[in-house]
Amino acid sequence: MKKIIIFLIFVLYFSFIIISFFLNFSIGKSIGTNFLKYAYDMLKLFPFAFILIGLFEVWIKKETVEKHLGERSGSMGFFWAILLGGTTFGPLLVALPIAYSLFKKGAKLSIVFTYIGAASVCRIPMTVFEASYMGVKFTIIRYAVSIPLIILFSVILGRYLSKKNYQIKGEK
Amino acid sequence: MLYLISITILLITISFIFDRQKTFTALKIALKKFINIVIPFIFMLILISIVFLFFSESSISEYLDNKNIYLNTLISALAGSISLMPGFIAFPLAGLLKQSGVSYMVISAFTSTLMMVGFLTFPVERNYLGTKVAIIRNIISFVIALAVAFLTGIFFGEILL
Repeated sequence: MKKIIIFLIFVLYFSFIIISFFLNFSIGKSIGTNFLKYAYDMLKLFPFAFILIGLFEVWIKKETVEKHLGERSGSMGFFWAILLGGTTFGPLLVALPIAYSLFKKGAKLSIVFTYIGAASVCRIPMTVFEASYMGVKFTIIRYAVSIPLIILFSVILGRYLSKKNYQIKGEK
Repeated sequence: MLYLISITILLITISFIFDRQKTFTALKIALKKFINIVIPFIFMLILISIVFLFFSESSISEYLDNKNIYLNTLISALAGSISLMPGFIAFPLAGLLKQSGVSYMVISAFTSTLMMVGFLTFPVERNYLGTKVAIIRNIISFVIALAVAFLTGIFFGEILL
């Protein structure tokens, strides 16, 4: 149903643009020009971004990283948590079940919260898009500010919740 | 732009030298991911092409910028908190806003809260973390996002200490 509606919108939109060009209808023509202009602006970086993402996915396997986060995770645990966060593909909703399984495998709360933070902040595909469109400087500033703060707050929150014997629940 | 192209070419060459098969798999993944997003992307372009008919690029930057950069940063942080948008749409859009003259600080507030704060995903998050911890996590994330935006503003010379 949703697909049919989207298809109809596409057909309607593009026939409107094409007819506008034939009839020299100025509003339709400028909508069409806008479409092409922004399509070019936004799409020109897509091939490179997607190839980079593909390479990352092939060379860095999530499972390999996950191994390092089992029962014993010292301060290196933060490093692995961030790396795992970066290789988590998909939104927060994908990260939460992984966080739950990390917790069940015995990872410390501070590590689990660092992972959740990193999964929202350091995802590689997103970072590739960010650096492509906003510049590397923008990305570096964001990483440099957010990662230390995420670790700091995760440690504080982890300590506080451990005292209260807090548990992460699975999906009900 | 040049960075991205050269890094991509460099990495794909290295990858090709080490493992031809893996490199082809990577290209296949790239193509598949691209195909997956083509429809939502065209949909967004249709919306943008119509919206930008009413608001020119300069009027958008006027709305979002100049007068009170702190207020705009806050508004944009709130907008990012309640929006749900994948990165492949958010960042091309952010790039467009930047081109029309919106400051880095305002854009950073939007993209950072978009990543870290989840108003619409809160019900699911609550299931896993519990209401209290989910609220705490979102508040902390909001604060971190504002810190990111603020420092972005400083490093790009948009605000002075």
